[in-house]
Amino acid sequence: MAVADVTVSAGTPLSSRRRKVVRRLLRNPLAITGLVVLGIAVFAALFAPWLAPHEPTDTHLSQAFAAPGTPGYVLGTDDLGRDVLSRIMFGLRASLHVGMLAVATSLAIGVPLGLMAGYFRTIDALISRFTDLVLAFPFLILAVGLAAIRGASLGNAAIAIGIAQIPGVIRIVRSETLRLKSLDFVSAAIVEGAGDLWVIGRHILPNAASVIIVQATVAIPAAILGEAVLSFLGLGIQPPAPSLGTMLADAQQFAAKAPWAAVMPGVAIMLIALAFNIVGDSLRDALDPKASRR
Amino acid sequence: MSAISKVNTEPPAGTGQVGSTAAGTGQAGSNAAGTGGVGVPVLEVRGLTVTFRTEDGPLSAVDRVDFEVADQEVLAVVGESGCGKSVTAMSLAGLLPRTASVDGSVRLDGRELVGADKKTLRSIRGREIAYIFQEPMTSLNPVFTVGNQIGEVLRIHNGLSRSTARKRSVELLKLVGIPSAERRIDDYPHQLSGGMRQRVMIAMAVACDPKVLIADEPTTALDVTIQAGILDVLRGLRERLGTSIVLITHDLGVVADLADRVAVMYAGRVVETANVNELFAQPKHPYTAGLLAASPSAGRHAGTHRLNEIPGLVPVLAEQPNACTFADRCSRARDTCTTEQPLLTAEGTPNHHVACWNPVREPVEV
Amino acid sequence: MRRYLLHRLWQSLVTLLLATIVVFLGVRALPGDPALALAGEDRDPESLRAIREQYGLDDSLPVQFWQFVSHAAQGDLGQSIRTGESVNTMLRHALPVTIELSALAILVASLIGIGAGVVAAVRRGRPAEWAANALALLGLSVPNFWLGLMAILYLSVALGLFPASGFVPFFSDPVGNLHHLVLPALILGTGLAAVIMRQTRSSMLDALSADYIRTAEAKGLPPRAVIGRHALRNSLIVVVTIVGLQLGALISGAVVTERIFALPGFGKLTVDAVFQRDYPVIQAVVLVTATAYIVINLLVDLLYSVIDPRIRVRGEA
Repeated sequence: MAVADVTVSAGTPLSSRRRKVVRRLLRNPLAITGLVVLGIAVFAALFAPWLAPHEPTDTHLSQAFAAPGTPGYVLGTDDLGRDVLSRIMFGLRASLHVGMLAVATSLAIGVPLGLMAGYFRTIDALISRFTDLVLAFPFLILAVGLAAIRGASLGNAAIAIGIAQIPGVIRIVRSETLRLKSLDFVSAAIVEGAGDLWVIGRHILPNAASVIIVQATVAIPAAILGEAVLSFLGLGIQPPAPSLGTMLADAQQFAAKAPWAAVMPGVAIMLIALAFNIVGDSLRDALDPKASRR
Repeated sequence: MSAISKVNTEPPAGTGQVGSTAAGTGQAGSNAAGTGGVGVPVLEVRGLTVTFRTEDGPLSAVDRVDFEVADQEVLAVVGESGCGKSVTAMSLAGLLPRTASVDGSVRLDGRELVGADKKTLRSIRGREIAYIFQEPMTSLNPVFTVGNQIGEVLRIHNGLSRSTARKRSVELLKLVGIPSAERRIDDYPHQLSGGMRQRVMIAMAVACDPKVLIADEPTTALDVTIQAGILDVLRGLRERLGTSIVLITHDLGVVADLADRVAVMYAGRVVETANVNELFAQPKHPYTAGLLAASPSAGRHAGTHRLNEIPGLVPVLAEQPNACTFADRCSRARDTCTTEQPLLTAEGTPNHHVACWNPVREPVEV
Repeated sequence: MRRYLLHRLWQSLVTLLLATIVVFLGVRALPGDPALALAGEDRDPESLRAIREQYGLDDSLPVQFWQFVSHAAQGDLGQSIRTGESVNTMLRHALPVTIELSALAILVASLIGIGAGVVAAVRRGRPAEWAANALALLGLSVPNFWLGLMAILYLSVALGLFPASGFVPFFSDPVGNLHHLVLPALILGTGLAAVIMRQTRSSMLDALSADYIRTAEAKGLPPRAVIGRHALRNSLIVVVTIVGLQLGALISGAVVTERIFALPGFGKLTVDAVFQRDYPVIQAVVLVTATAYIVINLLVDLLYSVIDPRIRVRGEA
């Protein structure tokens, strides 16, 4: 029933393809919403030091447990009278920081390994043992180990999360490499005697870029959630530095008394993760309209 | 063929297995009253039009197609890929995706199928109209045994029990010539060769003794040596079960082998219909003539001549509603051909119809 | 099939060995002298020496590793250096809680995920698909420990629908047990449900466009049979793998869920061991997790061959 299939020619130059992708992305209202939310979050996080109404660590004991809407404390305060909004803005900053760092780590290790696993049959098995190892190794222990050896910090949490995300990157890059390698233009390059590095760098990597970008976009929210978990357990960012995870851990103690302190950071995490996931999904659809089902 | 016909309002007067295509009145069933006796059409298609909704607007795939299939007749629908023959086949029992809209009339034993509700169509599919598809490798479900897949039809349509269905399935496998059917029935599709799978497809299709079997390129995906076996099976079924067959193919060799009558399609329209011998002996539409000339197996002097090709490409149907769609590629085209659509008209004998302003009348050297 | 399984078993053992080495070296790379920790108040050189002797801490690394592995192979995972309790006993108490919790979570997630995925694929382009997609996106984006907090806050504390924390063993009070575990299992299952839903939807769409579905329709099968039998069976092959691969994420999720709902399970054991630097317990935890991951994925492979006859026979040939 392929009658109504619209075939997209593969020969269009990269730049015009890119323009088409952007146009498709901007035609999708959901994608726009995601981008806008993301833009606001990034803006608020980047300029938190100037935009936040209070210092995130300043305590105002007289204002403890102020409800949302209290003048000066739009989202209320916690048990120590710290401004929830300011802490969320700084928490977002930390979340995004961890997200980027973690994904950078996973890409830096995962992309080369994935390319090699897909391109060279011989080391495929070796790399898949490594993948298995990481998958079988409890992520939390990894994070804890790093925290114990190098101290609990934002950076170490990010690295632990990044390592846990490597198998996903390898899997995706590997299968894309396998696919590309079987395509005619790559076979042609190989037959013409191009070196392996040349083929990988010139033909495979640029064409795998879109898959990698999509993977990165959906890995960031996962990393943000991971950071929240680690900080919630006390293994990530250390108090009093604001992190959405530690805010939730604190708020758990007095959640019945000041539910907003537990609700707001969670909503913030959810919104930012949702925005990333929506943008990632839309990006994938825009890159490959036929695969929009995935 | 068109909704407004100029010619031949006489009822189909086929004899024996040969029916005739009444040049369409376009109005469904207007011919039915006149038919009777041996030539009564089992399947009668009038003004069948299929349009797909696509992102780039509506796409017409089949345009006012008329044909009919008599009892026990094998009608071959022939054309190049993309001419709409498969879409025609799929539309007959409502198998097209939701993006397709179907107009016109398809009558099975007088019952209208176009616009029939899903439940009615389901009860007809597999029981009265059955299908065989081109790709035996993928048309069977890989995770069920062949016995299971054949039995399923019997259980659904005939309400057979699991064990009765199984017994009947073994018989069916024998009928289509699968050796040691008792053992093969528990095989999974991947354990069978392509030819065997296609036989399973056929067994599944004839399980409920359908009136019409629609075979969409049944041999295209198979090796030449295996094709003959499949054609034998189909021939045997027609003789033993009396099934009418609509054979969709681009292979004139297959047509010559099996068909009684042929409808040639080009760019969504039927351009010529005739008895198979007549068509091969005296093609009247320039396209048919070109098709025969380009075919190595059907040509009578295959090997002595260089095969001809038809210059140009198959056009998109929607581009020329008021012209002969073949005009651009036709060496016999005249002015009328680009301004007015030719309709199927009896030419020579009453059973030979051609939609052409300047049909081939001289004997053709193929 | 046999050869394939043996091959997989061999690969699994390699993975397990690697995991063991990594955690063994990792634990020893941690700062601090375990003997000091073990000695507690009693820190005279004599007793430190005795402790080192007792735990083999003076032996060379390979010897220590051999000791650990050979004991573990015999099913002896050592003793906690905090409580002196046998690690085996600790695991025996903790594991059933987590296994039940995870099994319930997988059950709930599969029911919701597969159901919603099928609906989304079949009702393509209609509100039902939109809703299912939106739910899946939410499920992927919501931090599930926060969802747990909210559930406790609003369902348990405010409405009193579920107990906010605690655990009752299944065999002493089955109803109470389920009552305690429903909410944690739901919370733990949300992320997994979202992943399963998306996978089901995508492989269902693939299956629905396959030739054999056209055949099924041409046979006049009702939608129930076309979708539920022909398409779903084929899509599940992919979905099953995803569940296997998600096990790691599930265990991490269980840690947090157990912490929030104060369940005395494997997750709590892990967190406690980690915070107390209880090295034998940490080693055991890694060993158990890795083994669980490996066993589950072997089972997934077996399940494959049940669902997909092509694999079964290819191996026999």
